[in-house]
Amino acid sequence: MKNTLRLGAAAIAILVAGPAFAAGKMTLYCSPQEEWCQLMVTEFEKETGIKVAMTRKSSGETFAQIKAEASNPKGDVWWGGTGDPHLQAAEEGLTEAYTSEHLDELHDWAQRQHAAADKKSVGIYAGALGFGYNEELLKKHGLPEPRCWSDLIKPEFRGEVQMANPNSSGTAYTMLATMVQLMGEDEAFDYLKALHQNINQYTKSGSAPIKAAAQGETTVGIVFQHDAVTMRVTGAPIKVVSPCEGTGYEIGSMSIIKGARNLEEAKKFYDFALRPDIQTMAAQAKAYQVPSNKQATPPPEAPDFDEIKLIDYDFKKYGSSDERQRLLKKWDEEVAAQPR
Amino acid sequence: MLNRPLAAWLAAGWAAALLLPWYMLDDGLFSFVWLTEGYAGDRDYAPALFQVLWHERYWLAPLGLFLALPLLAVGRPDNGRGTGMLLVAAGAGGLFWLLLQGFGIDHRGVSLALLEPLVPEGGRQYGMGWGASLVALAFLFFITQGLAAHGLARGDVFVAGSIGLVVALVAAFIFFPVLTILSSALRDNQGALAPFLFLDKLFDGRIWGTACLTGGGRCGSAWNSLILAVLTGLSTTLLGLAFALVVTRTGFRAKRMLRTLTVLPIITPPFVIGLAIILLFGRSGAVTQFVADLLGLDAGRWVYGLPGILFAQTLAFTPIAFLVLIGVVEGVSPSMEEAAQTLRADAWTTFTTVSLPLMRPGLANAFLLGFIESLADFGNPLVLGGSYDVLATDIFFAIVGAQYDQGRAAVLAIVLLSFTLMAFWAQQRWLGRRSYATVSGKGDSGLPLQLPPALRRLCYVVVIPWAALTAVIYLMILFGGFVEFWGRDHTLTLRHYIHAFSVVEGEHGLVWSGAAWNSFWTTLQIAAISAVPTAALGLLTAWLLVRQSFGFKRAFEFGTMLSFAIPGTIIGVSYILAFNVPPLELTGTGIILVISFVFRNMPVGVRAGIATMSQLDRSLDEASLTLRANSFTTVRKVILPLLRPAILAALVYSFVRAMTAISAVVFLVSANYEMATTYILGRVENGDYGLAIAYCSVLILVMLAAIGLMQWVVGHRRLGRRAPSVASAAEQTS
Repeated sequence: MKNTLRLGAAAIAILVAGPAFAAGKMTLYCSPQEEWCQLMVTEFEKETGIKVAMTRKSSGETFAQIKAEASNPKGDVWWGGTGDPHLQAAEEGLTEAYTSEHLDELHDWAQRQHAAADKKSVGIYAGALGFGYNEELLKKHGLPEPRCWSDLIKPEFRGEVQMANPNSSGTAYTMLATMVQLMGEDEAFDYLKALHQNINQYTKSGSAPIKAAAQGETTVGIVFQHDAVTMRVTGAPIKVVSPCEGTGYEIGSMSIIKGARNLEEAKKFYDFALRPDIQTMAAQAKAYQVPSNKQATPPPEAPDFDEIKLIDYDFKKYGSSDERQRLLKKWDEEVAAQPR
Repeated sequence: MLNRPLAAWLAAGWAAALLLPWYMLDDGLFSFVWLTEGYAGDRDYAPALFQVLWHERYWLAPLGLFLALPLLAVGRPDNGRGTGMLLVAAGAGGLFWLLLQGFGIDHRGVSLALLEPLVPEGGRQYGMGWGASLVALAFLFFITQGLAAHGLARGDVFVAGSIGLVVALVAAFIFFPVLTILSSALRDNQGALAPFLFLDKLFDGRIWGTACLTGGGRCGSAWNSLILAVLTGLSTTLLGLAFALVVTRTGFRAKRMLRTLTVLPIITPPFVIGLAIILLFGRSGAVTQFVADLLGLDAGRWVYGLPGILFAQTLAFTPIAFLVLIGVVEGVSPSMEEAAQTLRADAWTTFTTVSLPLMRPGLANAFLLGFIESLADFGNPLVLGGSYDVLATDIFFAIVGAQYDQGRAAVLAIVLLSFTLMAFWAQQRWLGRRSYATVSGKGDSGLPLQLPPALRRLCYVVVIPWAALTAVIYLMILFGGFVEFWGRDHTLTLRHYIHAFSVVEGEHGLVWSGAAWNSFWTTLQIAAISAVPTAALGLLTAWLLVRQSFGFKRAFEFGTMLSFAIPGTIIGVSYILAFNVPPLELTGTGIILVISFVFRNMPVGVRAGIATMSQLDRSLDEASLTLRANSFTTVRKVILPLLRPAILAALVYSFVRAMTAISAVVFLVSANYEMATTYILGRVENGDYGLAIAYCSVLILVMLAAIGLMQWVVGHRRLGRRAPSVASAAEQTS
């Protein structure tokens, strides 16, 4: 009786679900913008027939979810989003080590991310920090064009600069860490204190300052340059600036989640996402970061990494929890608590 | 003999154990593949009996014992003490074992040494499914039946069962997850106990700093939140009262329009009001620019910070106060007011000494809701906060920010909860033990008193400009969906709507090709599904609180209010922590969304129910009971029809909140269940305002239609009040 039932069930299962199951499925946690996520899913499904269930959440939200789900993971791959939470996930053992056959084709910085995370993460794109300003407002207030970090602390910019709060935003933390590496810790904090006098608002979200600049609510917004490019492409009078002293950058990363239920499919996606032809497609989804594969063509609108003075950003050191906590606390006590 | 409800639950328990799949199905609750794909022969689909017999899950066997125990009661006198003891033992034993094995053996295998002898090598199990849940319910009702036999709720089986049900649900879906996350307040990031770190976090200057009072610097987020919540509570209650008075007690002509207008803000998805306010009052906003040009001032950024948030919250939460107050204001008995006037009190004295005090429960409840909503609100401070930090946003960014710190989030949540507790306590003190009953069985067909002229003018002065402002904001929002780039390029276009909601003719009929359809249908479905249980559970709880007496009533009441006071972020993360693993494995399903909505929004049903019900005189229930109706019939035939405003408020509110909630939902949505708000949030993050606003406009229209439909289904309460004019008298009698 029992066996007959089982046989029957198996037969039906093969008849009904067989072909669909053969191609497999996977769950993708995706952190960049919706269009880019959709594009990746569609292309991957088209090529492999693997069904992808995709959820888009910001990198902080995804990290929180993966951490909360750690005892019974539901996701397979976490694609995109700034590198620090990926490193943190690696540090806490939430992600799986994997080395793709495409690793050698990647830019140096992407490979360094792989090494820094003990192979548990890899760089897929990079975006340089900088700022953008509203050309119309600048003219209206008769302000000089800012070209360097040091321009932003000039007294005439009082109340005209906006940045995110590094406690809530990875973008602003990157800026804090960049300043420390660029100027040395003491001078960096002197700079941030001076900048504090010109800041009109510390926003919660990292890209909010440039949106405010596009709307005319602030003149200058400190953000990743590709976010400023996105606003410019929508038609806002935003000018993107790469600071003359040099600047830091983020590495958008990808990790396989530890305990992934569909590990084979996850690895396929991982390799797929590192391929040059796939990375070149990013521009279709209005993503203006620099791709990590050397053979991929960056979008024409993307800030040219060869023209930007990039600092040698130490992701391992400034991505670690201890250093981050120390800097954030110091910023909070010495900068944010100052009267304006 | 067994009484009928008990026999029914016993049968249900056995049927669940013998026939229904015991574990949660991967394919969803309403999938029936288990019938065709193996059923009892399949390890995943088999009912409990077959799990024990064929699949080596021996640890389920003791449950049969506890299910069999009540059978001993057959033939014993009904409701005898012995039977009661037996039932309690069966129910409590069964539930205990269910929980023990549920938490002791999970998807990774056995973790409780005690259970190891029962579990063969590699034995493991998944979350509770239909079978397990129904059996758990049966055990629960054994307990309440047994306790009723011992005199709980004066032996009323229905009341005892209701109390048991509400307590169990609140315990499972509020206390369990919330305690899971709050316990992390005592731990460091690695999970080790760290009580000193807790104190350190609790007395952090970022929470309690008072530098802004002494000049310079900033104040802690706790003070900011508290100030904001008190101001919002006051402003929403006063405005809500003004609206309620204008609608019920004046000859104002455009009442209907006013009602619709007051409902608009609650049906608005988050961020939109904030964006509209920036476009009007921001530095480059239309109004700010106009005033600046007029006065020759430099346009300022005054709207960011306390003024902006207060403004947005007042706009957003006044409707809740209005919904609570309208039922109460309508319910105030004209005969009392007429009595005052017979005693030669003038209109003003009558209003301040009779009408207003009778509205106290409404005022107190409205204030409490406004206060709590403001504390937990996250969307408005996010958009308009400037550098004004509040607890709700701090909590969100303690979890998703640059430094994941669950402990800090939990500490902040504890601070926030203690504020709620204080407000709740103050409200109880203020209401005291007086009676506010004004709807009784006696003939009470008085004429509702018109407002005193001075007060009427004041109400008009407040209500009309506010209504106009609301109208302007909504026209702007509607407009924003039809232009290229809201606030910058006002060329008319339909492209946002086409992108989101296009439908094309395909080979096989219509194809819903718009980008928004998927999340739109899911949202509509989930909101509709969650509205009914929310209202039912809320009103049932209110009825228990107002009409029944039992020992732990205050604690019970606070427990039901708890989920409302907890910020969505905490609920979201705590639901993942608690419900990602067996025995209740719900993440990634639509059910987890429904459950989170039901338990988050239930308190509104409870509040509205309490406010309305404390006006209904007990003599009505007593009359019904004297006529030998049981408590269930009394609720259905007497209380429910008089509760129509409260039912409507609860239904509307839960539906709407399910469509507009964001902070909890962010963590609970999954690939198959994406909600409209998270989709919109994604667009806003990307600066794609046109699409976000177009989507919001559609949602607003859908909600308006849904509210109209609900109003029509629930109907109006008819109190035996004389109507002021012949025309409307005809309307009432028709």
